[in-house]
Amino acid sequence: MDPRTKLLGTLVYLVSLFLFASLPVYALAAVFLIFVMILSKVPFSYMVKGLKPVLFFLVFTIMMNMFLVKGEVIWTFWKLQVTREGLRQSFYMGARLILLILGSNLMTLTTTPTRLTNAIEAVMKPLRLIKVPVHEIAMMMSIALRFIPILLDETDKIMKAQMARGADFESGNLIKKAKSMIPVLVPLFISAFRRANDLAMAMEARCYHGGKGRTQMKPLKYAGRDYIAYVVLLLYLTGLILLGKYSAELLKLLGI
Amino acid sequence: MEDMKLIADHLVYEYNKGTNQTVRALDDVSFVIHPGEFIGLIGHTGSGKSTLVQHLNALLRPDGGTIYYDGADVFEKGYDRRALRGKVGLVFQYPEHQLFEETVFKEVCFGPINMGLETKEVEMTAYAAIKRVGLPDECIDQSPFDLSGGQKRRVAIASVLAMKPEILVLDEPTAGLDPKGRDELLSMITELREKEGITIVLVSHSMEDVAEYVDRIIVMDRGKILYDDVPKAVFAHAKELEEIGLSAPQVTYILQDLKKAGLEVDTTGITLAEAKETILEALHWKG
Repeated sequence: MDPRTKLLGTLVYLVSLFLFASLPVYALAAVFLIFVMILSKVPFSYMVKGLKPVLFFLVFTIMMNMFLVKGEVIWTFWKLQVTREGLRQSFYMGARLILLILGSNLMTLTTTPTRLTNAIEAVMKPLRLIKVPVHEIAMMMSIALRFIPILLDETDKIMKAQMARGADFESGNLIKKAKSMIPVLVPLFISAFRRANDLAMAMEARCYHGGKGRTQMKPLKYAGRDYIAYVVLLLYLTGLILLGKYSAELLKLLGI
Repeated sequence: MEDMKLIADHLVYEYNKGTNQTVRALDDVSFVIHPGEFIGLIGHTGSGKSTLVQHLNALLRPDGGTIYYDGADVFEKGYDRRALRGKVGLVFQYPEHQLFEETVFKEVCFGPINMGLETKEVEMTAYAAIKRVGLPDECIDQSPFDLSGGQKRRVAIASVLAMKPEILVLDEPTAGLDPKGRDELLSMITELREKEGITIVLVSHSMEDVAEYVDRIIVMDRGKILYDDVPKAVFAHAKELEEIGLSAPQVTYILQDLKKAGLEVDTTGITLAEAKETILEALHWKG
């Protein structure tokens, strides 16, 4: 699928999560996400792994909402009060966050960084009219992404080398610990500059001169499945808006 | 002295544990390093050499097996691994990339300061180490970043030497140096052993380097030790070495070719001097 479709689709999906706060809407959003997840064939365990780093944040948000929102008290524990409104609010927040993270993870898991930056460049192209250096920004993003693993590797190597010279990164208070990072940071910056220099040289040696008149080896092209995806997306959005508008009536109808 | 040795006992180490891409970088590796030895550790890229040397000073913790230094298990709780790193000095590949201080002198002091020595002692050992690696006096107050590549490498080696290690492990110390720099560095390392009795482990994939200087070779292949013997015995396996992407020194090949051509030479020669000897002998030009 074209990365532009995925990018726009994800954006629309993320925005849609914030349009309404009601149970049927979240149900629809969840069903839609599960449907897309099955289509993507990404193993479910991978998706769940993506939730792990934000787990603390998630629990924290839910707790804050649960205890701090004022309203009809239904349960008291020591100084903490749980209210009906708080409970509802925390449920919505939690659901929103989980769907948000899973939705954006789905995009990054199925798209290579290069294609993603290509898509960003293509989507931002109209901004060139107001003199935004779109191509340069996209290039900087892709280079930055490319260098993250390299620099991580380098950090590990330098830390080990300094440990071999007796450096200690674990013990001591905060100031001492910060000071002990100097022998790592200085060589790291030097190597980053050296790499940047080398890369610039290599790019110039291959006649890179910025965005103007630059063509791509694999130009982005919409295929049939992208149009289908847009139609599905549109259907989802209309369904969601209708559901959001009439959710109260729907719930009454079901007798909840 | 006999107990000051380093024993690697059935080391196992795996990368990417817990995923489906687990790579066994070390697979049941055992050997003993005796005091005063000069060992060459050779192997193809990815054979586990660099992983192995990082175990020798306890930078990496093995998934199985352990290291004994001076009779004590270095991975035991409470063992002072920082002190161990002073005794087993490890010089990384491209060590010049770890320099960070303002002057060469401060740079070399970093190690001994970490070892907890007193200022005076630190300065004395640092100065001795700088002299030891053959850096001229005027370098001492220069910034290490203003030096040439070969000099930077010497500074990095000096900074490890200043901790007064009993075993010095060098990971590809000659990578990226020109032939002259390489020869100078290797003869400096040989001197370290001869004059100060430091045990040396030299990691390399250049057979010429290794054949010329070391008195024992450990060959690694895919995480296992393939050979562990004196150079002559190891290089007798020229064919097997080629199969794992290594080779014997070039003179050995010449001797083997000469023998095939009918000249009665001793094909176990591995250095230029030995080759000359046996060829002259075979031609009856001697004595």
